[in-house]
Amino acid sequence: TKTAIPETEEQRLCTMIPGDGIGPEISDAVMKIFDAAGAPISWEERNVTAMKGPGGKWTIPIEAQDSINKNKVGLKGPLGTPIAAGHPSMNLLLRKTFDLYANVRPCVSLEGYKTPYDGVNLVTIRENTEGEYSGIEHAIVDGVVQSIKLITEEASRKVAEFAFDYARKNSRKNVTVVHKANIMRMTDGLFLRCCRETAEKNRDIKFNEMYLDTVCLNIVQDPTQFDVLVMPNLYGDILSDLCAGLIGGLGVTPSGNIGAHGTALFESVHGTAPDIAGKDLANPTALLLSAIMMLRHLGKMNYAGRIEQACFDAIKDKTSRTKDLGGDATCSKFTDEVCHRVKD
Amino acid sequence: LHPPSRQFALYGGRQTVTLIPGDGIGPEMSDAVRKIFLSAGVPVDFEEVDVTSDNFQSGSCEEALVSIQRNEVALTGNIETKVDELDFDQKSANVTLRTKLDLYANVIKVKSVPGIVTRHNNIDIRLIRENTEGEYSNLEHEGVPGVVESLKIITAENSLRIARFAFEYAQRNSRKKVTAVHKANIMKLSDGLFLQCCREVAREFPEVEFNDMIIDNTTMQMVSNPYQFDVMVMPNLYGNILGNVCCGLVGGPGVVAGANIGKKYRVFETATRNTGKSIAGLNIANPSAFIFSSSLMLKYIGLHKYASLINQALVDTLEKDQIHTADLGGCHTTSDVVDAVCRRVQTQAYKVRYDQTPHKQHGW
Ligand SMILES: Nc1ncnc2c1ncn2[C@@H]1O[C@H](COP(=O)(O)OP(=O)(O)OP(=O)(O)O)[C@@H](O)[C@H]1O
Ligand SMILES: Nc1ncnc2c1ncn2[C@@H]1O[C@H](COP(=O)(O)OP(=O)(O)OP(=O)(O)O)[C@@H](O)[C@H]1O
Ligand SMILES: [Mg+2]
Ligand SMILES: [Mg+2]
Repeated sequence: TKTAIPETEEQRLCTMIPGDGIGPEISDAVMKIFDAAGAPISWEERNVTAMKGPGGKWTIPIEAQDSINKNKVGLKGPLGTPIAAGHPSMNLLLRKTFDLYANVRPCVSLEGYKTPYDGVNLVTIRENTEGEYSGIEHAIVDGVVQSIKLITEEASRKVAEFAFDYARKNSRKNVTVVHKANIMRMTDGLFLRCCRETAEKNRDIKFNEMYLDTVCLNIVQDPTQFDVLVMPNLYGDILSDLCAGLIGGLGVTPSGNIGAHGTALFESVHGTAPDIAGKDLANPTALLLSAIMMLRHLGKMNYAGRIEQACFDAIKDKTSRTKDLGGDATCSKFTDEVCHRVKD
Repeated sequence: LHPPSRQFALYGGRQTVTLIPGDGIGPEMSDAVRKIFLSAGVPVDFEEVDVTSDNFQSGSCEEALVSIQRNEVALTGNIETKVDELDFDQKSANVTLRTKLDLYANVIKVKSVPGIVTRHNNIDIRLIRENTEGEYSNLEHEGVPGVVESLKIITAENSLRIARFAFEYAQRNSRKKVTAVHKANIMKLSDGLFLQCCREVAREFPEVEFNDMIIDNTTMQMVSNPYQFDVMVMPNLYGNILGNVCCGLVGGPGVVAGANIGKKYRVFETATRNTGKSIAGLNIANPSAFIFSSSLMLKYIGLHKYASLINQALVDTLEKDQIHTADLGGCHTTSDVVDAVCRRVQTQAYKVRYDQTPHKQHGW
């Protein structure tokens, strides 16, 4: 069995895509905090805006592509997808371009920030490339539409393997596959089979299976019973948001998109928040926690732990909370508070 | 809503209702309801049909269909689906009954019960779920080895029908708002069609507020601020997901009731449709969901006073007597709950019997 990647002091170059709306403010905040912590990361800033490539296909700018291909790892703020702008969601485009097949969202209760749910500490891992998001839909006759959910053995196996790998590297004990093979016997059945087979090869991690509906029922009654959850695309989309709701919403949940050979793009899952953009009101926590995931992905566990603790401590201190968490601190005040704590 | 196609027996007459105990805890739950009905003197006779996972392929399902078609109303437990023993193209007995009877709407009543402590209080939501198509169409195939497709079917006809049902439900029950739940940003055609149908129907009901919400956001909102929701309407799979989230919020599978509704027939059952086979026969299951659903059934056939009598007796048992089964953190048995409800019902039943005012017709 593989061991955890050893801590490395080596300086790493990472791509930074600040994004739109509040993106620039919160990515500034993250870079400041990383500086204060002396984290061995340098940033290569790139913009991504949808462009028509040769043959009329939508692509992202070549400088951004090159940067990610070279650095393998990046951090990204929110990107606006103007409705009816013609181009597809940039988030989808990035996932496709770099084949980021797994979406990871840790969901951990923020100490000191009270929600009705305490002690949540789970991770959702979502297949990111197929399933209900295949985009294949037809109107068969007028008023009758079919939408195709596509499940392949290859993608299912990849995400299953990733889930066990992630569990091991992050010292987690249990992987639960979430499915609906009682209704979708073949598609979810295939996904389930791939997970079972992968579990056989990873006996050091506990494995169990649960129906999607049972997970929904149990997770709102007692979320502490879950550890790592792995599932097809749509279920992951829904459950990851539900879990975010348990701990206080998208403003505090990080996420990472993982592809082959260590390629990974970490991002906050919230939007561009045009209503508060440029007003120094945004909460940088989600992007900061995503950047911390990035550190862990790069094996820099100690820096990750230190910055995370500083962030949690700052949130625990009610006076430095931003508005979305019920406080009245600005983005810069919160950032300074984290910087201050991470230096000690 | 569709009024019953014929008059149900009113005061003085008796009404026959089909009862399918099903598997798991179903038989115990059915016994509980029989006992309570007896204590209250409810003028209902059950016609029991035993459909189980073992016998549904040998005629019992057809027998159940005939019985429901005759009585038009049924109270059922869940029939276990043994996935590993069925062929890919065989439907579960539950799905067979729902589709054959064209029970196109599944309605669940999500209401915080006084006396049951949960994280959120005073939740009061009605969830209306399209019950016949969508992801549950049973159309799957393996084109190339290792590549499997599943078809989700959305039709304008069924979407309009469920949307209209939701708005009529809201109107009849003096509810203020209908929220349509979808994923039309990704499934632009299929969920797009569903949403478009809801919008179209919404225009016919200007006095009912209408909004729509994407399913992932909805689940997040549901656990953080459930009070913003009133009546909700959605395609099949999202109904399964949200229904379970909602039931979890108010106390779990043991407390929430639901019904499957068609033009002609109604089948009442628990909201989460559990078999509960792991706790079957142990006298520990929570009978509340089943009792609440029997009370919804009584309301529907016009026996409002008996419905309220039983409802109140159960709420008092849970709230005043604090008789709670293990799933609610209590230490009482199924029979403790049932006996307490029977006692309360018995002391009040005379009021219903000698109350000469007519029962209201056609509830819920
Ligand atoms: N199916 C149920 N699930 C949970 N709680 C219920 C259910 N039915 C009734 N209750 C509880 O019992 C009490 C009385 O219920 P009842 O249905 O008579 O109220 P109601 O407001 O008249 O009903 P409706 O909302 O159908 O008009 C309510 O306070 C509620 O908490
Ligand atoms: N009426 C009830 N009272 C208490 N607990 C219940 C009730 N109905 C279901 N449960 C519990 O909810 C969970 C889900 O129920 P479900 O019917 O899906 O389980 P099952 O399939 O019968 O049993 P198992 O999961 O052991 O195979 C189970 O743990 C069950 O014990
Ligand atoms: Mg989402
Ligand atoms: Mg079950």
